[in-house]
Amino acid sequence: MFKKPKRKLYALIFLLPTLAAFIVGFVYPFIRGIYLSFFKFQIVNKATFVGINNYIKAFKDESFLRSFWFTLAFVVVSVILINVMAFFIAYALTLNIRGSNVYRTVFFMPNLIGGIILGYIWHQIFDGLLRSMDMPSLVTNSDLGFWGLIILMCWQQAGYMMIIYIAGFQGVPHDLYEAAKIDGAKKTQILTKVTLPMMMPSITICTFLTLTNSFKLFDQNLALTGGAPLTDGIWTTRMMALNIYKTFYGEGISAKGVGQAEGVIFFLIVVVISLAQLYFTRRREVQA
Amino acid sequence: MKKTIKRLAAIGLAALMTAGALSSCSGGSSSSGTDSKKAGDASKGKVYYLNFKPEQDKAWQKLAKEYTKETGIKVSVQTAAEGTYEQTLTSEMNKDEAPTLFQVNGPVGLSKWNDFCMDLEGTDIYKQLTSKDFALKDSDGKVKGIAYVIETYGIIYNKTLLNKYCKSDFASVKKIEDINSFDKLKTVADEIQKNKDKLGVKGAFTSAGMDSSSDWRFKTHLANLPIYFEYKDDKISDTDAIKGTYLDNYKKIWDLYITDSTCKKTELASKTGSEAETEFIKGNAVFFQNGSWEYDAVTKGGLKDKDLGMLPIYIGAGDEANQGLCTGTENYWCINDNASDDDKAATEEFINWCVTSDKGTDAMANKMSFVIPFKKAKESSNAFVKIDNELTKAGKTPVSWNFTTMPSEDWKDGVGAALTQYAAGTGKWDAVKKAFVDGWKTEKEKAKE
Repeated sequence: MFKKPKRKLYALIFLLPTLAAFIVGFVYPFIRGIYLSFFKFQIVNKATFVGINNYIKAFKDESFLRSFWFTLAFVVVSVILINVMAFFIAYALTLNIRGSNVYRTVFFMPNLIGGIILGYIWHQIFDGLLRSMDMPSLVTNSDLGFWGLIILMCWQQAGYMMIIYIAGFQGVPHDLYEAAKIDGAKKTQILTKVTLPMMMPSITICTFLTLTNSFKLFDQNLALTGGAPLTDGIWTTRMMALNIYKTFYGEGISAKGVGQAEGVIFFLIVVVISLAQLYFTRRREVQA
Repeated sequence: MKKTIKRLAAIGLAALMTAGALSSCSGGSSSSGTDSKKAGDASKGKVYYLNFKPEQDKAWQKLAKEYTKETGIKVSVQTAAEGTYEQTLTSEMNKDEAPTLFQVNGPVGLSKWNDFCMDLEGTDIYKQLTSKDFALKDSDGKVKGIAYVIETYGIIYNKTLLNKYCKSDFASVKKIEDINSFDKLKTVADEIQKNKDKLGVKGAFTSAGMDSSSDWRFKTHLANLPIYFEYKDDKISDTDAIKGTYLDNYKKIWDLYITDSTCKKTELASKTGSEAETEFIKGNAVFFQNGSWEYDAVTKGGLKDKDLGMLPIYIGAGDEANQGLCTGTENYWCINDNASDDDKAATEEFINWCVTSDKGTDAMANKMSFVIPFKKAKESSNAFVKIDNELTKAGKTPVSWNFTTMPSEDWKDGVGAALTQYAAGTGKWDAVKKAFVDGWKTEKEKAKE
């Protein structure tokens, strides 16, 4: 009778710092951001209401639409590649080969480097390679820019997802394998009928992480290609986040409001797509 | 008794505060009056300067300290990282302690920040200007910005190497003074390139790098020339739709830069500004398109005044024999109109001190290598500035800085990207034209929305 409310009180006290940080760092700016997307402003304290004008302009903004399709293509390719790679690296590294711990560390390392730095380093690497083949820089060809981004992201993210998959592999109970072997299942059958279904929770997490990470990608995009090249007035390798940033700091007194509106639209897109993904992958999860 | 005194004091204070609030309101709206200075008390104010030029940061910090020592008025100087001024200014302006002194780069920048700029008509610093042309006016004709530094750019050359060329047997131009047109410049550059081993150089021009540390030399500064000649023909100073009359000339000079170069065309996309600078300092190239702000870097690198010269950028347009260097400014001081009256007054006095006092003018001329357009300016020791003065005295017409009317950063980036692709061979010149002409129109429209 006496204990319960006290515990609740403690819980609240311990929650407070995080909650405060969450409100200051997320909730407030988020609400303010949505609010500002209906305004025209240069600094946030001096805003004039413009209704849904910003949204109309955002949907008319060709570069915004183009960046959506580019981002979507990037997301599809990178989510598949990163997860397939991470899955098989994890599979290989749980086979009890010598030095697997060293490999795990090596594959994980790229995650510890910041995106901007990675972007510049890879820019140099790609340009050096291209130069040795007497080809022009990455920033002059949008296909090269696209695949450059994909390679960079695979290299960086595969290691992180690998760790999650390794945990998943280790979580599959051994008696299931034993039972499958006794029933005469082949190696591929064990993989598809036992391992994969048991790994669904890891797959859910990993697809979710890669999906949202790829959608929101900014640093690597900025540092690797910066959106170049420009074809017919469109920055062909500009992803949505970078495009919003450029719109926000563009010329004209309505630029900031439009950028804000694009940010809100962007948020909705990411939420809808990632919730849909969670729903579909969760459905395939099984209980052991 | 005590209580009544306290109460009276409280009422008095409250009244004072209201009066203060009211006066600050009226001060803000009627600052165009001649006595705008009196609205605030400088000794109670403070100055917060958001500086644009990273290379002068140290000099500004020092000058600010000296000013504080002399007057007791606090001056803080912050410098935005290269290429992020707009972003830094935006976020700083959102703060309670916003900059009292900031800068815009010309009419385009002003259109964005106009509501934040105090009317400077009648201020001391405005009166100190050597020519009222150095004031930046908004569309209503109000003075909102004061140019504080005049810079000059052109084709910097290594005099020793160029003289070596002139004396060699393959040279068809025998005197540096004879280089007074695009055709002559091309002849010289081509001959240097052809005989680069004999001269001991890697190319006539330093690499025209299109990395962001260097691409502004071409997408902004070089692009000024076709705009300048078009404006001159049409007798205008800005336009919503550029025609691109001189884009063929722009192509000619760009072709020259990327062909007679120290490196292959395909390598230009990632070449940096410091690479070009090093090539020039080491004597690997004869020509280097850059400006008076490079003086410190090249002299620290070991080149002497006698090794240095600067040619106008000839593109084969207009009256080439009388063409001068490109001289102008994209640095205008603005005072934040939203600052308190005291702060505004303090800021006004600070910048006035910078350009009139002995310490201020000395620091600006010698520590920052600035040429400032104010009556009490000290002569700068900058060799490129001296060349500019000589050319102007000899009757050459300086090319004005019209790139301040370029529609946006995105426009410049667009032209830059197209130039990069053209140089790399992955794009056609038509793309440059498109980015230049069509891009101008769309970006100008955007800026109006």
